[in-house]
Amino acid sequence: MTDTTAPATKSGVRISGAFHRLLAFSGLIALIVVFSIASPNFMQTQNVLAILQATSVNGVLAIAATLVIITGGIDLSVGTLMTFCAVITGVVLTYLGLPLPLGIVASILAGTACGLVSGTIIAKLKVPPFIATLGMMLILKGLSLVISGTKPIYFNDTPGFNQIALGSWVGTIFPAVPLPNGVLILFVVALLAAFVLGKTQLGRYTFALGSNEEAVRLSGVNIDRWKIAVYATAGGICGVAGLLIASRLNSAQPALGQGYELDAIAAVVIGGTSLSGGRGTVIGTLIGALIISVLANGLRILSVPQEWQTVVTGLIIILAVYADILRRRTL
Amino acid sequence: MPPTPANPATGQLTPLVEMIDIDKAFPGVRALSRARFELMAGEVHALMGENGAGKSTLMKILSGVYSRDAGDIRLDGQPVEITSPRQAQDMGIGIIHQELALMRDLTAAQNIFIGREPRRFGLLDEGALNRDAQAIFDSMNLKLEPTVRVETLTIARQQMVEIAKALSYRSRVLIMDEPTAALNDAEIAELFTIINRLKAEGVGIVYISHKMDEIKRISDRVTVMRDGEYVGTVPAADTPIETIISMMVGRTLTNEALNIPNTASAPVALEVRNLNRGRDIRDVSLSVRKGEILGLAGLMGAGRTEVARAIFGADPRDSGEIWVNGKRVGISSPKDAVRAGIGYLSEDRKHFGLATGLDVRNNIALASLERFVGPGGVINDGAMHDVAEKFIRQLSIKTPSDAQEARLLSGGNQQKVVIAKWLLRDCDILIFDEPTRGIDVGAKAEIYKLLNALAEQGRAIIVISSELPEILRLSHRIAVMCEGRLTGTLPGGASQEEIMRLATMRPSTVAEVHHAG
Repeated sequence: MTDTTAPATKSGVRISGAFHRLLAFSGLIALIVVFSIASPNFMQTQNVLAILQATSVNGVLAIAATLVIITGGIDLSVGTLMTFCAVITGVVLTYLGLPLPLGIVASILAGTACGLVSGTIIAKLKVPPFIATLGMMLILKGLSLVISGTKPIYFNDTPGFNQIALGSWVGTIFPAVPLPNGVLILFVVALLAAFVLGKTQLGRYTFALGSNEEAVRLSGVNIDRWKIAVYATAGGICGVAGLLIASRLNSAQPALGQGYELDAIAAVVIGGTSLSGGRGTVIGTLIGALIISVLANGLRILSVPQEWQTVVTGLIIILAVYADILRRRTL
Repeated sequence: MPPTPANPATGQLTPLVEMIDIDKAFPGVRALSRARFELMAGEVHALMGENGAGKSTLMKILSGVYSRDAGDIRLDGQPVEITSPRQAQDMGIGIIHQELALMRDLTAAQNIFIGREPRRFGLLDEGALNRDAQAIFDSMNLKLEPTVRVETLTIARQQMVEIAKALSYRSRVLIMDEPTAALNDAEIAELFTIINRLKAEGVGIVYISHKMDEIKRISDRVTVMRDGEYVGTVPAADTPIETIISMMVGRTLTNEALNIPNTASAPVALEVRNLNRGRDIRDVSLSVRKGEILGLAGLMGAGRTEVARAIFGADPRDSGEIWVNGKRVGISSPKDAVRAGIGYLSEDRKHFGLATGLDVRNNIALASLERFVGPGGVINDGAMHDVAEKFIRQLSIKTPSDAQEARLLSGGNQQKVVIAKWLLRDCDILIFDEPTRGIDVGAKAEIYKLLNALAEQGRAIIVISSELPEILRLSHRIAVMCEGRLTGTLPGGASQEEIMRLATMRPSTVAEVHHAG
């Protein structure tokens, strides 16, 4: 929605705001080309679907993180919130034996409620987002373990639960494209988030808050309310991620979750969203999440040890942000 | 230039510093034009002028912060090039900024020697550090522990640490920018004792201040600047305050006949009663009628912006009532103020007025976004575009389109975008804080025309400005503040001298003048 044209810089180089997004996208294409050449297995349909499936959970979490980061905030609790939502779903479906739709609603509501709490702590108590969500991260991690009695909750009694992520509604209609539902859900969440960011009042204030919170406040806007709404929306999206991961594992694993927030933030940053707020896109985040999965998958196919995959991901993050800094400097 | 008197303290004739015909331009603004300044060793030389006269720019050139476009700088009669603050330091030119630049968590001694800490065997030698700092404090006759953390010191004491730091560079020239702004009377006396001691040791001191009584007390000569130009240099002791003030405001101003509408019978739109906030605002009451432009004049730090922000609910107030259209309104946040029809245009557009990363259209709509929300919370961008286009035409905002990022606009056009924001929100009471700061001359005239048009439409307007010509050109009535208090209200068309007198009046004498007037 912003800067498609920018003025010529002193050096005479014209740089467009789409440059960075383009950079991430070209990076993704380059990775795909390199891995395709290096290994004939890489572009097999099965492998492509596996990459997409592996992206779904991190992708959804990264979209949640994108919303918060555009406001200039940060959410460290997305990973353990995802787990907490999965555990709540386990309680509703397995412990209470309620029907599947209620489990889905419960997960999303639990996520929204937790986001509401984080947002309120940040907006009303003025606790910095980093600290507030760090606290939430630990609280939710602990609560997940307490509620589940530190044991996984299995969904064996709820037939069809694993279809949420692993089934393929697309495949039943178009047998040639067996797209897993998890990936479909990622795309739907991405479309919805892009719509909210681009077309709604909530989205407009998300950018405005990150661009200049004080100016928004002095425009007479109730910034507390909108900030809380952004964290609540992000929480709801984490609830979707909770369903995805629980469905894929056919269980809620209470010890899982910590560390996911860093992958999510990495995807956001690689995708060109500024940590200082005010700018960012959902499509960029999707590309960022894909870069991380493609890298992991491709390096695994080339038999590069997992340790080194982590090193490479780290390098990519630094490179991506450095490219962003270069762009800003030339503007 | 009047003849330079030989320095009374030393009788020395070669000036310590000479700045001759200095020019400096910033994009769109001519900051200095053939500005001059001269400083003798052992002299306290006051540099005076209205806000924006070029004092700070001139001193920033001397201290290496800015480079000059033309002119000569001589030190002890020798031409010098000063290209960086570091180089100025090495030449013995120290500056004490209005905003202190100390590291609050370090000790006094650590602050003084930051970047040149004494070392022994490659390790920091705290003992030597503290001894050296103590030696400087002793030379200033200052009782201060070198090991005390700066954070725990009063502003006055922090200033002493700054002075000690400047002296540690063996400064022969010390520039002080409004050093007493945050000091009480006892602290000012302590500062003056130290200034006199430095003076006796042959240090030349440039003293920038607005406060007449201080200038008279401490300085030997006064140089006055106006609009970036040199006006004159006079001995401080023998020159009446009135003469200095008239040098500052000048007589060249062509005051186009101000058309003051008769608003005496118009209803009062905004009334503020007994507003208080700490030391910044003391019992301020004022009112503005529909169709009236009230100028709020005063020097920097007089509390004008604080009053505006308190009315607008941007900062909490200790006490005071706000009445809009005859009804008392509870304002505890900008949201409440906007609901009451009050709009505030901040002096600092980049930080408080514009969401610079958003486009023009969304900045205009920022205070009225609800208006464009359709079913399902979806924003009607088409309607927003139409409204933005209307304002772009109406206010002649120069922008390629309403989708241009606000930060890419010029200052004048950014200001118009903020004005459009409040007009769209139907605010009938508008508070403009320095509406033309950073705006070039041509655009200024346009903003003035716009403000007059807004008043003619029946809006009540408060204009805060540090530029007297601007206050005089716009205001139907002028309220003047000094040190948090309202020191008087003047009719439109009052003289600059009258305003300056009220603006430099010590609050203790206020009651007396009210009585006399």
